[in-house]
Amino acid sequence: MRSLTVDQVVGSVFAAFSLLVLWETRGIPFGFLAEPGPGAMPTLLATALLACSIAVVVGGRSGKRAADVKWTEWRHAVGILGACAFIAFALERLGYRLTILVMLLVLVSIVEKKGWIAGIVFAACFSFATHYLFNTLLRVPLPQGPFGL
Amino acid sequence: MVETLHSLANGFAVALSPEVLMYAFVGCLVGTLVGVLPGVGPLGGISLLLPVTYGLDATSALVLLAGIYYGAMYGGSTTSILMRIPGEAASVMTCIDGYAMTQKGRGGAALAIAAVGSFVAGTLSILGLMLLAPPLAEFALRFGPPENFALMVLGLLVLAYMSSGPITRSLSMAALGLLLGMVGMDTMTGLFRFDYGVSELGDGIGIVPVAVGLFGISEILLSAGRDSKAEIRAPRLRELLPTRQEWRASAAPIGRGTVLGFLIGIIPGPGHVISSFVSYSVERRLSRHPERFGHGAIEGVAGPESANNSATSGAFVPMLALGLPSGAVPAIMLAAMMIHGIAPGPLLMQQQPELFWAVIASMYVGNVVLLILNLPFVGIFVNILRIPYSYLYPALLAFATIGVYSVNSSVVDVWMMAVAGLAGYVLRKLDYEIAPIILGLVLAPMIELSFRQSLAMSAGSYSIFFTHPISAFMLLIGLTLLLLGMRSMFTRAAGPGALMGIEPAAGPGQKQP
Repeated sequence: MRSLTVDQVVGSVFAAFSLLVLWETRGIPFGFLAEPGPGAMPTLLATALLACSIAVVVGGRSGKRAADVKWTEWRHAVGILGACAFIAFALERLGYRLTILVMLLVLVSIVEKKGWIAGIVFAACFSFATHYLFNTLLRVPLPQGPFGL
Repeated sequence: MVETLHSLANGFAVALSPEVLMYAFVGCLVGTLVGVLPGVGPLGGISLLLPVTYGLDATSALVLLAGIYYGAMYGGSTTSILMRIPGEAASVMTCIDGYAMTQKGRGGAALAIAAVGSFVAGTLSILGLMLLAPPLAEFALRFGPPENFALMVLGLLVLAYMSSGPITRSLSMAALGLLLGMVGMDTMTGLFRFDYGVSELGDGIGIVPVAVGLFGISEILLSAGRDSKAEIRAPRLRELLPTRQEWRASAAPIGRGTVLGFLIGIIPGPGHVISSFVSYSVERRLSRHPERFGHGAIEGVAGPESANNSATSGAFVPMLALGLPSGAVPAIMLAAMMIHGIAPGPLLMQQQPELFWAVIASMYVGNVVLLILNLPFVGIFVNILRIPYSYLYPALLAFATIGVYSVNSSVVDVWMMAVAGLAGYVLRKLDYEIAPIILGLVLAPMIELSFRQSLAMSAGSYSIFFTHPISAFMLLIGLTLLLLGMRSMFTRAAGPGALMGIEPAAGPGQKQP
């Protein structure tokens, strides 16, 4: 069996998403076609997305195979996305400086394998310098962590 | 005309004030760096730096962002010519003959022609923007809700039609963006939609985290693991002087590139990319010696570089006159205007004339700044490429976090950025254009409001969209484009993207237009 094409995969995901939206709009008043309520536009758009997704699936039968897409940078990408998730989780718990310090250290020393000393120096200088620049000088509110860090 | 000149003089008074001048300079400098660095396009650069503008007044913020935009267009040529690395998608055509000239020892002349062409095109196209935007805005004052609805629908359809790949793909992206814009409080009834009890979602999905994620984070993800060790050789100052013959050969391509770029830039779509491709093919077709193209023809540098800079100003016409972004970069700039409490649209010039004319005047100033920056300091900018990407991207990630978090002091926005980053990465990896998503997100509340207001005006009759001539005309054009897009799908005819040579879409690790 030949693998699915990129368009078939993406179209199916979008179709599933539009069906999910249609399901979720059940509780929002649709109003009438002549006097649309808050649920009308999301319903119309989800229907339009569903129609386009089906057209993408049907029209994409002979396109590029999903299996042929090379994800050579996936290890780095996973590391970076993990770093994003860590920032979102830790920012208000550990504060800006500690969070960014840990994130930079992990990315530079572990993901990029640049050595621990280079990682520590870069992470410490960058996190404290940017905090001083943005929080102290430019007055951008950045979260404080334990010990005022 | 006298009134225009008077307004422009007032604009210069603001643009030449030390503070605004400083932001214009910083914008141009950062834009040049963004253009030079292959890992950060103008879109990613503006998205990442948008939050830095929150502390500024609206004029300084727009001047800074505009500086980044056209600075990136200038800067993109440097690495294209010297190293055959397009700093951004619009510089791809410059690589061909620019790098060939470098190999022949004429890289300095190519850089000079690119900078002068960009300067001339930038300056003349601002003149076009200055002359075209006010009457267009005055005309748009006649627009009511039906016309506004039709205009926004037309904008989305034109963008979808001009995008690479089948129209259904782009329409799916636009519908996705519009759906994301439905999250939050309904403006007409006050009812909350899709908020799932998360108070931050009650205000809707923010444009900033989505833009930073889709363009900035996805760019970082696509470029991850790449530490280029390119050979860098900057030309000496005396090598920058073109010969008389090179000047003569470049004059007409610069003029043609300026006109083409401006006209293409006005149309929604990746105008700066398309214009450089069109300009290159026009120059090759008009040349008496087309065989020289690809082997160091100066016209192949002068035309595309002028065209992509001219298109940048062209893109400002619908944005400033109608409040309609013609692409992703103008959409983000429109978002910046809204964040600063400015209502974009035809009333902008009447309600905020000092802002409008200051931005126009700062563009003239910015062009001069860029000419100065891009010739004598080219050696310094090229050295930026020596920064290892393994240090650069973690720093960019930290800047993105600061920016996104500082909008609402909310980690929900940081989560949104991460999710949008993942979505942008996957979609771009699969050659899907993501610009329509951000355009849909920006336009969604306005489209919904004008749609429902129109129906309220007509007591529920949909004929209002067709009895108003302007609205009917725009919807008719939109419908024609939709049918043309569908036709090219069914008949396998080449779409506009293929005809203009912009297909396939930017691939992995390449720049998204």
